[in-house]
Amino acid sequence: MSNASDENDWTKPAAMAIPKGGFFPDKVEEGRYGPMFPKTPACYGFSVLAKVKPGREQVVRDYGKSIEEAVKADPSVLAPLQLHYLRWVLFDVGSGMHFMYQGIFDTDFDKYLEDALEIFLKTGINTVFTNLEGFPEDWKTNLPAVIKFFREHQCPSFLEYGEYPYVSADEVKKALRVKAALSQMLDQMQ
Amino acid sequence: MLEFEDIQHILLTRAPALTGRYEFLSFKDPTGARAWLAEILPKVQSAKAMRESVNAEKRWITIAFTWNGLRALGVDEVTLATFPQEFRDGMVARAKMLGDTGANAPQHWVDKTGSPDLHAIAILFARDATERGRCAVDHANLIAECKGVEVLSSLDLEATPPYEYAHDHFGYRDRLSQPSIEGSGDEPTPGSGAPLKAGEFILGYPDESGVVPLLPKPDVLSRNGSFMAYRRLEQHVGKFRNFLREHGKTPEGQELLAAKLMGRWRSGAPLVLAPDKDDPALGADPRRNNDFNYKDQDPQGYAVPLGSHIRRMNPRDTAASMNRHRMMRRGATYGTHLPEGAADDDTERGIAAFVICASLIRQFEFAQNVWVNDKNFHKLGNERDPIIGAQDGTLEYKIPKRPIRRTIVGLPTFTSVRGGAYFFVPGLKALCWLAALGKTS
Repeated sequence: MSNASDENDWTKPAAMAIPKGGFFPDKVEEGRYGPMFPKTPACYGFSVLAKVKPGREQVVRDYGKSIEEAVKADPSVLAPLQLHYLRWVLFDVGSGMHFMYQGIFDTDFDKYLEDALEIFLKTGINTVFTNLEGFPEDWKTNLPAVIKFFREHQCPSFLEYGEYPYVSADEVKKALRVKAALSQMLDQMQ
Repeated sequence: MLEFEDIQHILLTRAPALTGRYEFLSFKDPTGARAWLAEILPKVQSAKAMRESVNAEKRWITIAFTWNGLRALGVDEVTLATFPQEFRDGMVARAKMLGDTGANAPQHWVDKTGSPDLHAIAILFARDATERGRCAVDHANLIAECKGVEVLSSLDLEATPPYEYAHDHFGYRDRLSQPSIEGSGDEPTPGSGAPLKAGEFILGYPDESGVVPLLPKPDVLSRNGSFMAYRRLEQHVGKFRNFLREHGKTPEGQELLAAKLMGRWRSGAPLVLAPDKDDPALGADPRRNNDFNYKDQDPQGYAVPLGSHIRRMNPRDTAASMNRHRMMRRGATYGTHLPEGAADDDTERGIAAFVICASLIRQFEFAQNVWVNDKNFHKLGNERDPIIGAQDGTLEYKIPKRPIRRTIVGLPTFTSVRGGAYFFVPGLKALCWLAALGKTS
């Protein structure tokens, strides 16, 4: 059901064009590590792009399997990030192999940077970055440098769209649980 | 092994003091500044000295410096550049992110701690006012002898009655939930979690990530030191009591509302364990008063509202990487007690506290920016910490309740920021190194 008083009405698909640089100058919120990227109809997210060190493509690719295994072993391992989706892409458009790490989630990533990195550490995701050019050599002891790398390699969107804007993964799961419960109830009444 | 003989006592111990005094200093001359440091240094107790002499001693002294203060002492630019960015920036430059805006903005601070001329703090905790007076005179005499050392401001601390236990001007029992440090010898109280790695609070030791993080150089300067955020928070006691009267129909209802804002009854009894009725014996019992969590015991916030002060400042088992955001709190109340029933007077009263941590950005600033002032903490939508959050009269406070939750709209400001700064608390060897700067170079 639509909530007309809610400016983030999920029944109305919404698109948001974002100024160059990723921030709305009149609404920018200052975070601990600099200005924070805004929430859009596609929730929070990032697209981190970086060049892969020569010869490391397969190493990076193999991490796909290790993350699959980590989530299989503990389905809640990434839960604190409140993710909707992750997309990892390797591509070369003529300037060398690049890695794109795109995430869509409900937490304000800029606020929980250290927590996200802790989770990366737990799952071994962080070591994938050591195969990227510019990733700080002293990443284990220099958290601010890792955060700087992320912020410098974040390519902000200039358009984001949500078919059901601003809806959190939790709300989606709640709706599906209600639907499942309802189906079960109707089955019981046959 | 912690080097107790080198760590300033404030990092590991709490002085049994009823009074105290903070003096905020400025250095106009590096030689004079180092002379002051050399003179006061023998009076600064290490954690070891404090523990050995606590029963005989009447006063305890801590020395700490701002980044500008380190420069004013004669620390070179290469060394200064190795300190973390947030410490170099200082609290004033971080004010917007910390929520120190509007009436809380640094231009309204009353103690000149917002000035770039703030270079050092001398913290005195004293058993009684007589000892404080004696020390204040001694220090004034010392300063008079040291060229270019000036007092920007000072603040006298006073415990508030009743003196049997620590509490703030609103009447809330204080010092109930402190992390303990591995190797410190302190046993955590039940519910406080396992002792944390020393590197979360003291520089030079492994932290909860398992490594020793990158430190300011040289090692002699950073080892056994820590960072400290100072907050002078005025408590608007009359306004707070009026709010309780306005929104609580009976004295019991007012007490419950006070408890709902904090997450504990003013006696200290946690709402998770005493949801309906105060239990002063529970509040006073350190073996029981911190022994609870939220995920299983109160996931919806029916006992402790999701946005209450203690739930924001320590979300316990409902936050990721909780051990990376813990803080050590020290400090005391200041200003006279406002008797029950009296209207707000012109006297400033409040809490002048220090938050001690190895990383200001990861611990203090995270707590302030995310836990205290994120309007959407726990998906609350339009709330900030009801006790210390940046309130502007437009925010609400939701108290989960069956069948329908209670929402208070337009929460007033109960506390205002009146001063603040970031300090580095060097170890004793580092203090010697700083005092000798002119001689070695």
